[in-house]
Amino acid sequence: MGERVRTGLGSGAVLQSEARVAGFSSSVEIASQSSLGVAFERVEKRYGGLLALCRVSLRIEAGEFVSLFGPNGSGKTTLLRMAALLVRPSAGSVAHPGGEGLAVEDVRRQIGLVGHKTLVYDELTAEENLAFFARLYGLDHAEERIAQVLDSVGLGKRAGDTAGTFSRGMRQRLAIARALITEPRLLLFDEPATGLDRQGRDWLEATLDGLHRAGATLVVSTHDETFSAISGRSVWLRAGRVASDTAGQAAAAPVEPEVRGSR
Amino acid sequence: MKRNAGAWGLAWLATAIVLALAGYAIFFVAPRELTMGEIQRIFYFHAASGMLADFAFFVSFMGCVGYLASRQSRWDWLAVAAAEVALAFNTVVLITGPIWAKPVWGIWWTWDARLTLQFILELLYVAYLLLRVLVTEPDRRAMISGVFGIFAFLDVPLSYFSIRWWRTEHPQPVIGGGPGSGLDPRMWHVFLFASIGLLALMALMIRDRYRLEQARWELAETAAEFEATAEEEVETKGASR
Amino acid sequence: MSLARSAGVVLSKELRIELRTRDLTHTVLFFVLMVAGLFSFAFAPTAAESRRILPGLVWLAFFFAGTLMLQLCFVREQVNDTLAALRMAPIDPFAILLGKILANFVFLAVTEIVFMPVFSVFYNVDIGAVVGRLFTVLFLGTFGLAVVGTVFSAMASQARMRELLLPLLLLPILAPVLIAGVEATAGLLGPEHLLERQWLSMLGGFDVIFLTATWLLSGFLVEE
Repeated sequence: MGERVRTGLGSGAVLQSEARVAGFSSSVEIASQSSLGVAFERVEKRYGGLLALCRVSLRIEAGEFVSLFGPNGSGKTTLLRMAALLVRPSAGSVAHPGGEGLAVEDVRRQIGLVGHKTLVYDELTAEENLAFFARLYGLDHAEERIAQVLDSVGLGKRAGDTAGTFSRGMRQRLAIARALITEPRLLLFDEPATGLDRQGRDWLEATLDGLHRAGATLVVSTHDETFSAISGRSVWLRAGRVASDTAGQAAAAPVEPEVRGSR
Repeated sequence: MKRNAGAWGLAWLATAIVLALAGYAIFFVAPRELTMGEIQRIFYFHAASGMLADFAFFVSFMGCVGYLASRQSRWDWLAVAAAEVALAFNTVVLITGPIWAKPVWGIWWTWDARLTLQFILELLYVAYLLLRVLVTEPDRRAMISGVFGIFAFLDVPLSYFSIRWWRTEHPQPVIGGGPGSGLDPRMWHVFLFASIGLLALMALMIRDRYRLEQARWELAETAAEFEATAEEEVETKGASR
Repeated sequence: MSLARSAGVVLSKELRIELRTRDLTHTVLFFVLMVAGLFSFAFAPTAAESRRILPGLVWLAFFFAGTLMLQLCFVREQVNDTLAALRMAPIDPFAILLGKILANFVFLAVTEIVFMPVFSVFYNVDIGAVVGRLFTVLFLGTFGLAVVGTVFSAMASQARMRELLLPLLLLPILAPVLIAGVEATAGLLGPEHLLERQWLSMLGGFDVIFLTATWLLSGFLVEE
């Protein structure tokens, strides 16, 4: 694991990023009791005549690392956005085990989303973007945290550059930094590897692994098998339904369910 | 549904009869107005439609509030049904105004207080309907148009007062005399009778439009359900193989 | 976090972006200047006529320019889906709207401060005697424009043909503001420098009513 990362970023950066992730983890272990899962109970989402999610029941416990597979249009993005409390279900309910008794605002605080788009302002610098979100979330020691997170995603040197000037890979890192700045306990990634090169993917895998070890709950949607080696559980969505789920099985190589008949 | 069809059919018939009688009353029973002549008879349509349009806009507002409070689609159906019918009656006001004005004052249009207000309302509710056309997803559409409908209705008293004060600064010929403006008692009775007939018509129109919206919604639901169960069947058939 | 503080954070972000790009202020400034010029060409007013049409011209110019500017308000948040980021934050949805309302108000107010002297020069009308009251009237009306404009921008951003839709939604609703604003301005610029209380109440009432409605309905406006 460490070797793959070293090839990508250079040893200095590796040590730094591992140390930074470790720094993240130590502060997070203290808070690990407030780890957050997500549970969908017979959830449906309808957009006019289109049924995006149909009777999805899925429970992800705090601390799990789940890979979410499925073709385009299978409902992965809708599911993730629902977990992030951005989308209301048309039927059924979404709950966050581990967050009972917390006010909605406090649950929101603990959720981080890295979506299809970067969720940052192109006109602001990396630092300004993170400072904005830090202030919005009411974080203390913002400057320290910002510097730390930017370093850990490898953007330390570009902190003062406008986000609009970043390459695809750097934008993705900034998007991740934005999600991490608030130290969320539940992290939702929507196809985070798209547009990343080999280096970037290696770095991403290392980061996800580090976050998982630090105790965060991760749900990562993806097209290919990239993260199945490190994630404990794989869930397949097809046409808005859970087609298969490796929960409870040994962490063997996951197999995509056969395509059954045509519609 | 079928059993009630008879009752509603009767309601339409009754309304048609009342309106026919009202038409007769307007043209043959109500006395001829002294200064304006026969054209004054249009007042019955103009003023009644104005009142009813305002009332229907209020019903639409209640629909918007109801939807946002309960998130039940039937309130949204009421909101759009009432808005469309209100717009129809409002258009009658805007057309009968000039028809009345031209023979009496020699001008087609004047920014008289009522006409101006109804003009603004026409614009507001056309915007409401246009907004609905341009937001395609039903839940989003209901929510956004619900908020807009509330804003539009809140604007009505503000517009009413600002237009009235504006008209006192810059007086212009007044077209639509309200019911209180010195009517002969026979005129008053005819006006009331016509208003009741038109009110019944309006209620029936709103109901029909509501049912149309309900039918569209139920169709979409059924289609989605069908799709969902069809897929489930495919899945279970695959499993049992 | 308190509403005022979160709205303040959103406001400072809007201001910072605008200071960096100057997109909006350039658009508004140029547009107002152009409308002023075009009115002159279209009406070729005499000195007396200028005095009469100036109030209407001023308000129409700012309304149109403001409508143009407000188009961008929520569309900007769609480019990188930053609206989702704002919605996920542990803040009152009204804070998002209030921050943007205040930002839009500031941009328009700055334009008015720059342009009133320009208008008074172009149309040979002396505003010196009534500057304070004139700007009070302008700011009250502009605030109303900012409130409904921001709200409708949020709505239109979720619809098709949003550039056409926003003016159609916005201009009818602003009728009371236009009437009250023009009458108040005409009174102030007239020989007696008179400001009638009713117009001031109308403008203030409009602001209060629609700001309150926005506050009550903010949850629905910001939802996906």
